[in-house]
Amino acid sequence: MADKIATREAYGAALAEFGAKYENLVVLDADLAGATKTGVFAKAFPERFFDCGIAEGDMVTVAAGLSTTGLIPFASSFAMFLAGRAFEQIRNSVGYPHLNVKLGATHGGITVGEDGATHQCLEDFALMRTIPGMTVICPCDAVETRAAVEAAILHDGPVYLRFGRAATPVLFNKENYEFKLGKGIEIADGDDAAIIACGVMVDVALSARELLKSEGINARVIDMHTIKPIDEELVLKCAKETGAIVTAEEHNVIGGLGEAVCGVLSEKLPTPVLRVGTEDTFGRSGKVAPLMEMYGLTPQNIAEKVKAAIALKK
Amino acid sequence: MDTARVDQLKKIANGVRKDIVTQVYSASSGHPGGSLSIADVLTYLYFEKMNVKADDPKWEDRDRFVLSKGHASPALYAVLAAKGFFPKEELVKFRNIESFLQGHPDMKHTPGVDMSSGSLGMGISAACGMALGAKHQGKAYRVYSILGDGEIAEGQVWEAAMFSAHYKLDNLCVFVDRNGLQIDGETKKVMNSDPLDEKFAAFGWNVQVINGHDFDQIDKAIANAEACKGKPSVIIMDTVKGKGVSFMENNAGWHGAAPNAEQYAQAMADLAAND
Repeated sequence: MADKIATREAYGAALAEFGAKYENLVVLDADLAGATKTGVFAKAFPERFFDCGIAEGDMVTVAAGLSTTGLIPFASSFAMFLAGRAFEQIRNSVGYPHLNVKLGATHGGITVGEDGATHQCLEDFALMRTIPGMTVICPCDAVETRAAVEAAILHDGPVYLRFGRAATPVLFNKENYEFKLGKGIEIADGDDAAIIACGVMVDVALSARELLKSEGINARVIDMHTIKPIDEELVLKCAKETGAIVTAEEHNVIGGLGEAVCGVLSEKLPTPVLRVGTEDTFGRSGKVAPLMEMYGLTPQNIAEKVKAAIALKK
Repeated sequence: MDTARVDQLKKIANGVRKDIVTQVYSASSGHPGGSLSIADVLTYLYFEKMNVKADDPKWEDRDRFVLSKGHASPALYAVLAAKGFFPKEELVKFRNIESFLQGHPDMKHTPGVDMSSGSLGMGISAACGMALGAKHQGKAYRVYSILGDGEIAEGQVWEAAMFSAHYKLDNLCVFVDRNGLQIDGETKKVMNSDPLDEKFAAFGWNVQVINGHDFDQIDKAIANAEACKGKPSVIIMDTVKGKGVSFMENNAGWHGAAPNAEQYAQAMADLAAND
């Protein structure tokens, strides 16, 4: 549990590992291979790595063209420049023809840190969720990242994967971890409320659970690694069994995991849901920990929201 | 080229033009001007050059074509139908809610369409990906794409231009349909792209400028492109927007407008005169 590995590190390692297993895997980057860690793959398989220069739109559509020839391209950049700048290329040249392109977006969220708001993507879940047929994944640790990359390779269709820059705790054990696309994982039990989280916020949710426990509140924690398609069955189960939901994501509260959960519950089982995320604001430069504090991505904030959600129960 | 063969191609291209006008008339919408200007090169590609199988549209070793200027879909559909990819009767359903012939090309539902396109500037990048895929897998097929001269203003075109020269995609041949007109008027006035030949040359391309309605010139230019090694080729085709229909020729108003019944009859009479 003491190990800390950034999910982008695990992404690069997974590409290099699966490059040997899947010969039609190719990787593209837009001059950020050192940061996205696709450089690890490039070193192992130089003939299967294509740097596209700082031209994300072109990279995405080139990947679309490559996929039509039977290759499985992973196109990588920072989340901001992939989901953001290349949104329309993703929508029209990957999503609309439902091509087998994988989008490996690193540096998602506020934990980008010192580079500041221009590089801290807090909108990618929202953008990607709106594209029909797009699968959206945000793994919570290195073990889940590795498994998610292989699941993306085996899935026929477009997949958006979001990884983080900062080193974060390894929560799972590689030996007994199983990743199922579209199936969340109950990582800790509890019946008073459920915290449904993704990415770096899963670990924060586990800390919140400890805080709550000291106050006699038992909160369940769900690792919702697949944001689309959302695991409806698990969301409904949590709502039925706990009656109070808090979502936690490193993303604007608008359009992301929280609203995906609200969408399920408002239509099928109206239940109090409170959302933790950035409150419709841009980020700023700073170290990771004080940024998380400033934007409310903390165990304390989640714990407060859990208590408020419980108070809303009928 | 053999003059008898040129005559055959001219005849096919004239049929394609009739089908373009019929599609746009049937749909009461569409883009006739820029479809008519590429009827000759598309006819040449599908009837003289490209290695494709109408009964096996996804054959993996086929030559590929990407209509980067996707709004000229009526030209592509007319050629694909003439080639036998789908029944010609489908053409009158163009843009109809029950048809697979979408306003802009849809690779998922239209036999023979190699890439969905329509949002300008993207098709050339997709063609680059196909050409790179061919090289990476040691395949001999070639990739063709047609850009509009207004489309050239999209930044992505130049990202792709750099990419294809960088990766020495000599299996890629791109045409620019330089008809000089776009929706808002003359390309020179809307956003001047001159000197286009020098721009592509500066990006490291093999550049040729031809008359896009002359089959001999098309034939020679493509042969030159095939012989050129180590760099992608662009063939800038000077063309007439609305070519073959008297009242549509060189008129930006026919970029995205459909003829009424009277105009349709006139257009078909103009084209019949060329048979």
